[in-house]
Amino acid sequence: MNKPNQLARVESRNTAVAATVFLFPAIALIIVYMIYPIIDTFLTSQYSWNGISTDRVFVGMENWKTLIHDQKFWSAFGHNVIVMIFSILLQIPIGMLLATFLDAGGRKLNIFKIIWFLPYLMSSVAIAFLFTYILATNGGLFSTLATLINGKRTAVDLLGKSPQALYAVIGVMAWQFTPFYMVYFIAGYSNIPTTLYEAAVIDGANRRQYLFKVAIPMLGPIFKTACTMSMIGSLKYFDMIWNMTQGGPAGGTELMATYMYKLSFQQWKMGYGSAVAAGMFILITAIALLFQKIFVVKEDF
Amino acid sequence: MRDRMANSDKEIIKSRIAWGIAFLLAFFWLLISLIPFVFMVFNSFRKQFDMLQQGPLHAPDPWYFDNYPQIVQNGIFGYFGRSVLIVAISLVLMLIISSFAAYPLSRMKFRLRNFIYAGIIAMMSIPMHVTLIPIFKMTNAMGLYNNKFSLIGPYVAFALPMSVFILTGFMMTIPREVEEAAVIDGCNKYSMFFRIIWPLSKSGLSTLAIYNGVSMWNEFAFANTFLNDAREKTLPLALGQFKGEFSMNMPMILSVLVLSALPMIVLFIIFQDKLVKGMMAGAVKG
Repeated sequence: MNKPNQLARVESRNTAVAATVFLFPAIALIIVYMIYPIIDTFLTSQYSWNGISTDRVFVGMENWKTLIHDQKFWSAFGHNVIVMIFSILLQIPIGMLLATFLDAGGRKLNIFKIIWFLPYLMSSVAIAFLFTYILATNGGLFSTLATLINGKRTAVDLLGKSPQALYAVIGVMAWQFTPFYMVYFIAGYSNIPTTLYEAAVIDGANRRQYLFKVAIPMLGPIFKTACTMSMIGSLKYFDMIWNMTQGGPAGGTELMATYMYKLSFQQWKMGYGSAVAAGMFILITAIALLFQKIFVVKEDF
Repeated sequence: MRDRMANSDKEIIKSRIAWGIAFLLAFFWLLISLIPFVFMVFNSFRKQFDMLQQGPLHAPDPWYFDNYPQIVQNGIFGYFGRSVLIVAISLVLMLIISSFAAYPLSRMKFRLRNFIYAGIIAMMSIPMHVTLIPIFKMTNAMGLYNNKFSLIGPYVAFALPMSVFILTGFMMTIPREVEEAAVIDGCNKYSMFFRIIWPLSKSGLSTLAIYNGVSMWNEFAFANTFLNDAREKTLPLALGQFKGEFSMNMPMILSVLVLSALPMIVLFIIFQDKLVKGMMAGAVKG
């Protein structure tokens, strides 16, 4: 073997060692806190276990059979799908409109950007508490407005009844997350090279033509990512619902995550809770993969 | 010629109308964004029963300032301090570990690189609920239940995939020549990272710090599962705790809300350009 070859081998060994050293902490944490727990969730789903006592009873696929016939789980999944559809239909178009307005107006509209972004800075827990009061029948915003318009005491009960409770929650979610997509599309617009705008102007395009013929088509990939994020986000949604309705009234706003949490940490059915969590994982992964596939096909045409 | 003038006049009028409508809608969304904040701030300066009598949009009459001293007396700064501590430790660890990981993924050629990168990216969409029961079990087994430090592990781990993804993209943009020059100056793979790559990644790191800092500051589900003792709870749990103690006193709860949202709002106003840039980094690659 000649010398340069040997040198290259030593070099590539050195690289492998360095790569291992640098990657080790990240991979170790991901294995401990993500990969192992996912496997363990699937294993625990085969037991009947209260989470505390040492005797867990192996029940095989029993929990999964229950899950497949569990009305509550599928109705929670249905709510997740409704939330998902409305999230995509509300948050992304409004966020894009706001971004378009800011992009066309330039820096002097900065105050709009700051105020529009404020809702996203509140924690989901804080938003849950705030909107419980805003939607309350007593002293809430909507009931007060309705009282003013009607001229007599009127209670608008948005959170107390199904199905309006679910739509009220969807509205609050739109309030919270639209600013996120706004900033996302602002970033998208500012990534379009200015030379494109100049070229369009030289070709005699006005602002509107530039927007519809050049800028918006350029946002395609960003649009796709935004939809994916919104979709996955709404399928695993938890914090705000948990603090606002706990899935109520009578399961009207129950989502997969709140159902799983209730089973596991209120009723201490950890075995079945694991099955629900694993089911949730399978459904989210399947929907995300399906979505990726459909979108890729569309882009090919 | 005349025809053309008329045409451009029409264009101007049309664009004026378009801007008029746009501003109308813009103000409408401004109101929607702002009214809940007005509701929150006004009511936090009211006495308990004034809220129902005066209506939510009436300015407080008289302004009542005692809600804030009262929540301070009830230990709001303890929750604050714990949140600051946990977020600070988690952020520092997360930034170190994710830039460690991004360095070989962006600047070295080795077997399994693409596999490891794809594996880390795939972790971005894992719902935390799938991991909640096993992590709860581990926390118990390590004797960390009811200990705020139990949150650091999950916080760092769940912030890693996204951060590694963004930092890898960021480090790829550092020109090869910089590295070659460093090799000539006698840098090896390790000193290269600490002396060249890390300092050049500072702006990427700061956007990640802001982005992940906000989500760690607001994190609820892990904290709610692992912490049961009021002396260990972080700020997002303070709301539930205070509600338990003063359930009927809405203005008091709302003043807790104001105090917990305030630091994020101040930070955003200072660092807003960084935040937009951070999301841009995600947007390009996404």
